[in-house]
Amino acid sequence: MQKSLHLDPNKCTGCLQCEMACAWENHRSFTIAKSRIKVFTFHHEGRFVPYTCTQCDEAWCMTACPVDAIRLDPVTGAKIVLEPTCVGCKVCTIACPFGTINYVASTGKVQKCDLCGGEPACAKACPTGAITYVDADWTGLGKMRQWAGKTDTNPATV
Amino acid sequence: MRHLIIGSGPAGVIAAETLRKAAPAAEITLLCGEGEPPYARMAIPYLLKGEIDEAGTHIRKDADHYDRLRINLVQARARAIDIANRTVDLGGGRSLSFDRLLIATGSHPSLETIPGMDLPGVHSCWTLEDARSILAKARPGTRVVQMGAGFVGCIIMEGLLSRGVDLTILVRSGYMVRRMMNPTASSLIRSWCEARGVKILTRTQPLGITAGDGALQVTLPDGRTLPADLYLSAVGVDPNLDFLAGSGIDVDRGILVDPTMQTSVAGIYAAGDVAEATDCLTGRRQLNAIQPNAVEQGRIAALNMAGKPAQFRGSFVFNVLTTLGLVSSSFGEWQGVPQGESTEVLDEARYRYLNLQFEGDRLVGANCVGFADHVGAFRGLIEGRVRLGKWKQRLLDDPTRIMEAYLAAAHKVA
Ligand SMILES: Cc1cc2nc3c(=O)[nH]c(=O)nc-3n(C[C@H](O)[C@H](O)[C@H](O)COP(=O)(O)OP(=O)(O)OC[C@H]3O[C@@H](n4cnc5c(N)ncnc54)[C@H](O)[C@@H]3O)c2cc1C
Ligand code: SF4
Ligand code: SF4
Repeated sequence: MQKSLHLDPNKCTGCLQCEMACAWENHRSFTIAKSRIKVFTFHHEGRFVPYTCTQCDEAWCMTACPVDAIRLDPVTGAKIVLEPTCVGCKVCTIACPFGTINYVASTGKVQKCDLCGGEPACAKACPTGAITYVDADWTGLGKMRQWAGKTDTNPATV
Repeated sequence: MRHLIIGSGPAGVIAAETLRKAAPAAEITLLCGEGEPPYARMAIPYLLKGEIDEAGTHIRKDADHYDRLRINLVQARARAIDIANRTVDLGGGRSLSFDRLLIATGSHPSLETIPGMDLPGVHSCWTLEDARSILAKARPGTRVVQMGAGFVGCIIMEGLLSRGVDLTILVRSGYMVRRMMNPTASSLIRSWCEARGVKILTRTQPLGITAGDGALQVTLPDGRTLPADLYLSAVGVDPNLDFLAGSGIDVDRGILVDPTMQTSVAGIYAAGDVAEATDCLTGRRQLNAIQPNAVEQGRIAALNMAGKPAQFRGSFVFNVLTTLGLVSSSFGEWQGVPQGESTEVLDEARYRYLNLQFEGDRLVGANCVGFADHVGAFRGLIEGRVRLGKWKQRLLDDPTRIMEAYLAAAHKVA
């Protein structure tokens, strides 16, 4: 059974441990601006929402990439950016309707969540259980479909 | 079942791969029209910059990729289609038969109609062969006159400047990238370019080009001539339809398709730059010559060719552009709609600009300059026709809260 990240805003306290863990894992830096997972703050509602790529089935980013720089990791199911191949054209950043693949000016390439090869650092770092790495069935994939159903969009799948 | 695909750009390649997945036993042939392996035009700017070699432009990197998927690559150009006998003429007495056909022939540069366009040193920037010619000529000090500052014209500037050329851009209209940017965004891009040494002449269309004094001489309407070692034409593109004349397949500006990407002839499909599909926001038919559109249409066409019904949601017009390092993007109805509302923030000094267009409580369009984070959410909001509810007013007050609005309205998380 493939696993995926389960993000639960109800448990998030906005401590940003996940962003720090991600920036450290991928950039050996605690500059949270470089993190691939983002916690969005809703001041009005006093709510924190952790958000990152759910490795969606449609993989719009991967299909749109003109040069084969995004590949499927057969083990984790993650869509992974091959940095040396990426030309930095950013087409993937507008193709992903979730806004979860982003351009990094300092490298001239894009980055997205790659599930850390199966041991996501953010989930390990989260002290409240707001981010967990669990069986795929009841997380992102289902949620994504639910979302797709909620709006008029109707992504076809192979 | 014999599937034939004409054109090995992104639309053709994704279609072939999708077909293989959906129809494991089918015979799949992919016609490559340029004597090159399947490559992506989009990668050409990075080839000009010297960041990648030609192999870096190839759509798939593994040498045996097409063999492994049993996709037959054939180097030839389609000359004509015989819909009654279900054959494609390749010239020289050769032809191929098909049960299902996909036309994914893309587009070609539309050249300005002035004398001198056939002179050596006059090029477009559309094919790998064009890129080779440009690379051979563009050296430090080379005087380049480029006609056109549309999307492709802007994106190749960085590659040209990185080679040390002296660049002058002629723009027919009053402003750059006018088909994707509003005047405010466009003038930000212009001043950014000018600050980096690019000379830009708007409302200028050359009258003709001649050869003399060891260079090209470009005559301007005010009587001046600009000497040039290289003249680049980048004024737009037109679909590749010539070989369809008399075939019985309905065309207007492009090949007309229904939501399954089928043309007016059963069993014959079209996808990518060459197809004229319905816009998902306006309901009007239009060409949409961008990469994401090409691959989505290629995928939908292939599913239907394999007998798996799939519907194209309609063209969504959006694009991201990097002009000498300045990132800008445009989505949907960025010009606004009648009775719509809009909001914007501008920070001229920092080259940042955001303009949002609403219809009722839905976002229908946007222009961004200097904002590159989470821009995909614009697509999610606009194409998904997400109702913003109370977030519309919040966005009118502060458009930069777009990601919060997206999470709250599309994902109902707040
Ligand atoms: C320099 C440059 C930069 C670009 N940058 C971007 C960008 O950043 N973002 C973006 O979205 N888009 C960009 N584009 C546009 C994008 O490349 C096209 O929208 C895309 O290539 C369309 O794909 P397609 O498969 O429909 O057509 P094409 O890629 O044009 O492929 C068509 C194929 O059909 C072949 N063909 C044509 N006629 C025949 C025939 N009669 N017989 C056999 N084969 C034939 C051609 O040789 C070609 O291989 C750029 C284009 C250029 C040139
Ligand atoms: S980045 Fe976006 S399109 Fe790509 S896998 Fe993740 S959610 Fe899907
Ligand atoms: S930015 Fe990189 S990964 Fe994204 S589409 Fe372009 S080449 Fe592919």
